[in-house]
Amino acid sequence: MNLTLKIWRQKDANDKGKMVDYKVTDISEHMSFLEMMDVLNEQLVNAGEQPVAFDHDCREGICGMCSMYINGEAHGPDRGVTTCQLHMRMFKDGDTITIEPWRATAFPVIKDLVVDRSAFDRIQHAGGYISVNTSGNTQDANSIPIPKKDADTAMDAATCIGCGACVATCKNSSAMLFVGAKVSQYALLPQGQVEAADRVRNMVAQMDLEGFGNCTNTGACEVECPKGISLDNIARMNRELMKASI
Amino acid sequence: MALDSKVPQGPLKDKWTTYKNQINLVNPANKRHIDVIVVGTGLAGGSASATLAELGYNVKAFAYQDSPRRAHSIAAQGGINAAKNYQGDGDSTYRLFYDTVKGGDYRSREANVYRLAEVSANIIDQCVAQGVPFARDYGGLLDNRSFGGVLVSRTFYAKGQTGQQLLLGAYSAMNRQIARGKIEMFNRHEMLDVVIVDGKARGIIARNLVTGEIERHSAHAVVIASGGYGNVYFLSTNAMGSNVTASWKVHKKGAYFANPCYTQIHPTCIPRSGDYQSKLTLMSESLRNDGRIWVPKHLKDVEAIRAGKLRPTEIKEEDRDYYLERRYPAFGNLVPRDVASRAAKERCDAGYGVNATGEAVYLDFASSFMRYGKEQAKIQGISNPSEAKIKELGQEIVRAKYGNLFQMYEKIVDENPYETPMMIYPAVHYTMGGIWVDYNLMTTIPGCYAIGEANFSDHGANRLGASALMQGLADGYFVLPYTIGDYLADDIRTGKIPTDTPEFDAAEKEVTERIEFFINNKGKHSVDYYHKKLGKIMWDKCGMSRNEEGLKSAIEEISELRKDFWQNVNVPGSATEYNEQLAKAGRVADFLELGELFAKDALVREESAGGHFREEHQTEEGEAKRMKEFQFVSAWEYKGEPKDAVLHKEELAYENIEVKERSYK
Ligand SMILES: Cc1cc2nc3c(=O)[nH]c(=O)nc-3n(C[C@H](O)[C@H](O)[C@H](O)COP(=O)(O)OP(=O)(O)OC[C@H]3O[C@@H](n4cnc5c(N)ncnc54)[C@H](O)[C@@H]3O)c2cc1C
Ligand code: SF4
Ligand code: FES
Repeated sequence: MNLTLKIWRQKDANDKGKMVDYKVTDISEHMSFLEMMDVLNEQLVNAGEQPVAFDHDCREGICGMCSMYINGEAHGPDRGVTTCQLHMRMFKDGDTITIEPWRATAFPVIKDLVVDRSAFDRIQHAGGYISVNTSGNTQDANSIPIPKKDADTAMDAATCIGCGACVATCKNSSAMLFVGAKVSQYALLPQGQVEAADRVRNMVAQMDLEGFGNCTNTGACEVECPKGISLDNIARMNRELMKASI
Repeated sequence: MALDSKVPQGPLKDKWTTYKNQINLVNPANKRHIDVIVVGTGLAGGSASATLAELGYNVKAFAYQDSPRRAHSIAAQGGINAAKNYQGDGDSTYRLFYDTVKGGDYRSREANVYRLAEVSANIIDQCVAQGVPFARDYGGLLDNRSFGGVLVSRTFYAKGQTGQQLLLGAYSAMNRQIARGKIEMFNRHEMLDVVIVDGKARGIIARNLVTGEIERHSAHAVVIASGGYGNVYFLSTNAMGSNVTASWKVHKKGAYFANPCYTQIHPTCIPRSGDYQSKLTLMSESLRNDGRIWVPKHLKDVEAIRAGKLRPTEIKEEDRDYYLERRYPAFGNLVPRDVASRAAKERCDAGYGVNATGEAVYLDFASSFMRYGKEQAKIQGISNPSEAKIKELGQEIVRAKYGNLFQMYEKIVDENPYETPMMIYPAVHYTMGGIWVDYNLMTTIPGCYAIGEANFSDHGANRLGASALMQGLADGYFVLPYTIGDYLADDIRTGKIPTDTPEFDAAEKEVTERIEFFINNKGKHSVDYYHKKLGKIMWDKCGMSRNEEGLKSAIEEISELRKDFWQNVNVPGSATEYNEQLAKAGRVADFLELGELFAKDALVREESAGGHFREEHQTEEGEAKRMKEFQFVSAWEYKGEPKDAVLHKEELAYENIEVKERSYK
């Protein structure tokens, strides 16, 4: 298929940035969206122009690196996938596709479609861990049985890939789904309970400090989340926070 | 320099304990004065950084991604081995040791592997304490599954996202140390050289990938944890940024590179569909627990399938060739990866491949659906369930085990694997070769260590499933933190290592000149153009099977291609900005050198072992044929061009295991 791409180009953090049109031809419907971008970039390099910068690494939907805003949707039109797993069969010959970076104050643009998501890391530094020594002197792993249901629900929360789609898609740029997922994982497990109150308080405080907005229960984050992280996690985080403040 | 593996004396099972009791320790107050650089924050580097910081060292960690959480380890699906014997099926440290040495075709170092098996049980305790949500059974205890090449169930897993969860565990341990100020994290930084002062590794040159700035970082020791080099093939299951640069740079500065030709080919990947493809996607090998592999028995059926006239589900049981079950009755679909891969290639080469390119076999879950379904019907007390109900119940069980893999397959291939069997084909997965290290995990450069996939030591000619994650975490959490102390004990009075010295000047100059060359060259071909060409030579001539003629011509072709690269490569943009093409150019330049050494190593190794199949050396039944004379590690010393590299041999002795012909029949 042949496509017109409208892509956000921005030289660096200080540049104002603008949309630029490009054409690509002979795109196979079996290609992933990023392979289509490779085709464009190869074309640009061969023409002596600067290729479009975008983040990506695993191309398997697991590292959370790819982050495009496609036709007004985080990770594009398909549900439950990241951009690297989005396939061109979701588009039609002759389509015009708009491609932008994540937009949120807490995610400044580095170049073109690449944004800085280190705010997520700093939230984790504030408490996204269990304070156990990495010494190998831990008790036997089976000494604390964990109900399968709890382990599975913790696992569901833990599958968050930290991509930031939830923030990008939220009209308030809230990071609650991301933080809620992390808080939930630990809240559901017996390990690390002693510091549960500090954990949630510190993580939420850091989240506010980073400039993420508040949650107004629109639920767009859940819809766009490639890993199906559910809103229950936000509710659980709020409960944990409440518990922590009484 | 003679190779000294520094394996401690004494009985195998006491070596590690005795060693730990005898080595030098660094007083906690002194650790504060010692800096360690860790390059890479995957399972190996992440766990090492966290533990070294916990012990009190000042750690500077580097990764090219924007967060440690995105290191390539995140992609590992299937699981991690540990000799816990929770299932009571006869597992033990010795058995894990035995399986790993045998699985590696008796080409790994006994003492290292035994230590790995010994600490494996600890890994699980550690990760569970960190909150890694491993799969549990209904009694709340940890669940296990089985992986290729073994007869026990010792693989711990977290759905199909085990690597992700283990990495997030190590990342969380890092976060705790970052918050305490004990780890300084350098995201989006790429190590481009190592700095040697008075014969010791004392720092690195790194490039800030956002600003392009070249930085000097000093430390008392440097740990390379930068992962494997499977991307030398261009197409592999590795992350796009995985590269050999850090390893190759220390090799050029004196670290020997061991067994470069040992690559693992993974049997269960999604087949290639076209020339534009940027990478291959793995389907976890754990699928072989429940899936049966087959191709049609008759060529006419193959043709009908390719023409779209016949669906695989329409082929009768007796017209299917379950070739693994036929050839290897004892292990069946669970034979090791190299055996499964070669058997698939053999069938496809014989014309039985089931997709358009003729490079695919079926992985079929139909009988598992029925088996699980019947069991579920019993458990749930459903009497006289219909066939459809049984299938539905069975599919639920399979969905719970591998749901995300099935979903991933469907997204990529656009076919529902619950209804039609999956198609799979072998792909380059990962590398067993790497920087040569001794028992301390130190390279031939004093003060320079290599851990995880970046080193060579534990897997011989073949990695079994679930053994790489185990090794990464064993090295990082439990081995390196001891061994590095023994070395650093001499450094408590050294003080900060200055960076304004001639050694740092020289290394930085070298790095800067190379970058300037790329920017100013203004050639006619993109970096990917060269990478793809290299990949094709590697796959065709240094892939699953190799022969003398092919390897010789590969050496020629790669050397020609490298010449062309240095004349005609085109890197747009400047050096002082975020420039992905520039970063890639440096990586491909290093792959172009490694590729040639790889072929040279393969040429020397005139035997078949593991994923390395020399066509001239096979048994009458087409199985790999090993030779006693090649029971060594090849460790290459850098001498300029790869063709001039000098071979050193570390002879391998097997005192605790009888070397036997590997058979899975
Ligand atoms: C799809 C897939 C599935 C797998 N499944 C399994 C499995 O089920 N079980 C199993 O045991 N193994 C599995 N493996 C293998 C296993 O994942 C790897 O061997 C292992 O994760 C390697 O870990 P590592 O820490 O050595 O390196 P990596 O995780 O590759 O980390 C490398 C680190 O080095 C950094 N880096 C690299 N170069 C530089 C540089 N020049 N400068 C700065 N930083 C640099 C990167 O940023 C990264 O942080 C799988 C592999 C793949 C590809
Ligand atoms: S919650 Fe979902 S959308 Fe948000 S970072 Fe995690 S995976 Fe991405
Ligand atoms: S590239 Fe890793 S999730 Fe898309």
